[in-house]
Amino acid sequence: MAVKKFVVGIFTDEEVLFPAIKKVRSAGYKIHDVYTPMPIHGMDHALGLRETSLHTAGFIYGITGTTTALSGIGWVFNSDWPVNIGGKSHFDLPAWIPITFELTVLFSAVGMFLTFLYICQMAPFVRKHHFNLRSTDDQFTMVVECTEKSNEEEIKAYLQSVGAAGINTQVAETGWWLGRYDRDKTPFEHKGATLA
Amino acid sequence: MAAPLRYESQVRTPLVVGQKDYHQVTEDIVRPIEAAPSKLWWIGFLISVACLLFGVWSVTEQVIYGVGQWNLHRTIGWGWDITNFVWWVGIGHAGTLISAILLLFRQGWRTGVNRAAEAMTIFAVMCAGQFPIWHMGRVWLCFFIMPYPNTRGPLWPNFNSPLLWDVFAISTYFTVSLLFWYSGLIPDIATVRDRAKVKWRKLMYGVLSFGWTGSTKHWQRHEALSLVLAGLSTPLVLSVHTIVSFDFATSVIPGWHTTIFPPYFVAGAIFSGFAMVQTLLLVSRKVLKLEEYITLEHIEVMNKVIVLTGSIVGIAYLTELFISWYGQNKFESWAFAQNRVNIFSPYGWAYYLMMGCNVLSPQIFWFRKMRRNLTVTFFMSVIVNIGMWFERFVIIVTSIYRDYLPSSWATYYAPSIWEIGFYIGTFGLFFTCYFLFSKFFPVIAIAEIKHILKKSGESYKDNMDKQEKMPVEEFAHQYAHAH
Repeated sequence: MAVKKFVVGIFTDEEVLFPAIKKVRSAGYKIHDVYTPMPIHGMDHALGLRETSLHTAGFIYGITGTTTALSGIGWVFNSDWPVNIGGKSHFDLPAWIPITFELTVLFSAVGMFLTFLYICQMAPFVRKHHFNLRSTDDQFTMVVECTEKSNEEEIKAYLQSVGAAGINTQVAETGWWLGRYDRDKTPFEHKGATLA
Repeated sequence: MAAPLRYESQVRTPLVVGQKDYHQVTEDIVRPIEAAPSKLWWIGFLISVACLLFGVWSVTEQVIYGVGQWNLHRTIGWGWDITNFVWWVGIGHAGTLISAILLLFRQGWRTGVNRAAEAMTIFAVMCAGQFPIWHMGRVWLCFFIMPYPNTRGPLWPNFNSPLLWDVFAISTYFTVSLLFWYSGLIPDIATVRDRAKVKWRKLMYGVLSFGWTGSTKHWQRHEALSLVLAGLSTPLVLSVHTIVSFDFATSVIPGWHTTIFPPYFVAGAIFSGFAMVQTLLLVSRKVLKLEEYITLEHIEVMNKVIVLTGSIVGIAYLTELFISWYGQNKFESWAFAQNRVNIFSPYGWAYYLMMGCNVLSPQIFWFRKMRRNLTVTFFMSVIVNIGMWFERFVIIVTSIYRDYLPSSWATYYAPSIWEIGFYIGTFGLFFTCYFLFSKFFPVIAIAEIKHILKKSGESYKDNMDKQEKMPVEEFAHQYAHAH
């Protein structure tokens, strides 16, 4: 958790935003994040973000489910309590397929969802700083971090030149804290921004 | 990269009608949440709650006095309860089909209807689950079906039993559908939160939004999550009704013991699910004034699915009849010829009602004019669900009411008031949930509509005429590399 100073550029059209991201990045400014009301394909590449590994996590959870089902049923039917069901085989793999499949899907889905919440730091009563409330409505918000090397006024002018419709400066906490959205109080005082 | 706008032909009708921009989309969809509920909403809601309470009363009677309160007996051990269970599970198939399979097939029209359909799925599965649970009789011991180390041996459930497969299938389906639905809702809840002026709304949507900001990285993960959940749900949807059909198909009852059941049940489930989506959305779009998002185009596409799946079901019925003759199994051919096809048999009427509602009547949707007629669509959506209820009733009851021992034949099975009350109660549960959902949550996926707006929205399509007239070279130059 760190309190930093940001220049916030508000865009109203993603077709202006895309070239703007490119220009701001190549000009050497540090984009903290871009907040959008809907997913925009290609935006992650434009920002130079790496591909998410959530799929891999899902695969691992899925395999865990498969293993759990097969080993669990196998252990119950062959070792723990081998019941004779109409003289059928104790190792009855085809009959285990439905449950194995269901557990694979269940583990994978639940695991991925929880991982998603964890890595995005999302949970009930989690609060974060919102740079622009309309970035969940119709505006695209580009947040540029002020560093020791950059000049705030210069960033503002640059954002203006690449087409930002509104520009402001905000000092904000970058992490999350426990709080409620009907109360604006933060559990700590802002002691001023640290410049990286 | 620089052109996120993808060209879509003018031939395709717009999926969002009217002059809309992003803000207008938010306004239109969030309006019913921010406004006070209408009189119509209250009337519907209170009727639903009344039905639900009647259901609670019926179930209470049954728990106190036992399953004997239902008119089931030794010959017909499965009657209305299991019929209703299969019927509700079937209805619960359209939502995940729309959100998962159509996502993988990149069908843009799903965005208008997926949220409501997913909600419907979850509520329908909740209703379905009631029947096997309360049918257990000593319901306070229902956790015995879960495999957990216990002091009774430990005694494990039979993992080779289709009934246990059902437990796993339905609970997995419910959980995954719920996660899918909720992960899609999070950004939209955040939209409501950020517009909220009232304290309780800020609090409630703040808690439910999990602190969503709309960060690009989060969207990227969100997209990945949706895609993988869709990939997982696709076989899951098909597996659930397959496993439900195994409850019957793996038994040795003539009329149940058929290999065609899994595909036939799945097609029937999608058929009835889409019919229920139509019923709900035709009312929702009117009451919530969402005609510009759930357009005639959406209705027509779903009617096409109905005629397709209805015909698949029809082929399955005929195949079953053929096989019962061709298979030369005396008991099976008797079950089909005497218990079902014979119109003078005690349940012959149910068989022909099923045929009429499910196979003949949907054929009307071969005509475009009928597919786009709201009255016809609404009427048909109800007819289809009546037909699908009778399909399950025919399969279950006509296969068992005359078993191998003629002395135990029970030629008449009529439900008791508590069986009917239980069924009405699940309608109450379903509609109470749906009314609450339509009041407190965005009925249409806001973010997903915004995602297709510039591609399929009427206000943006108009500007695309110039692309239609562009020379090929210029068009390729502009769009060939965009994605």
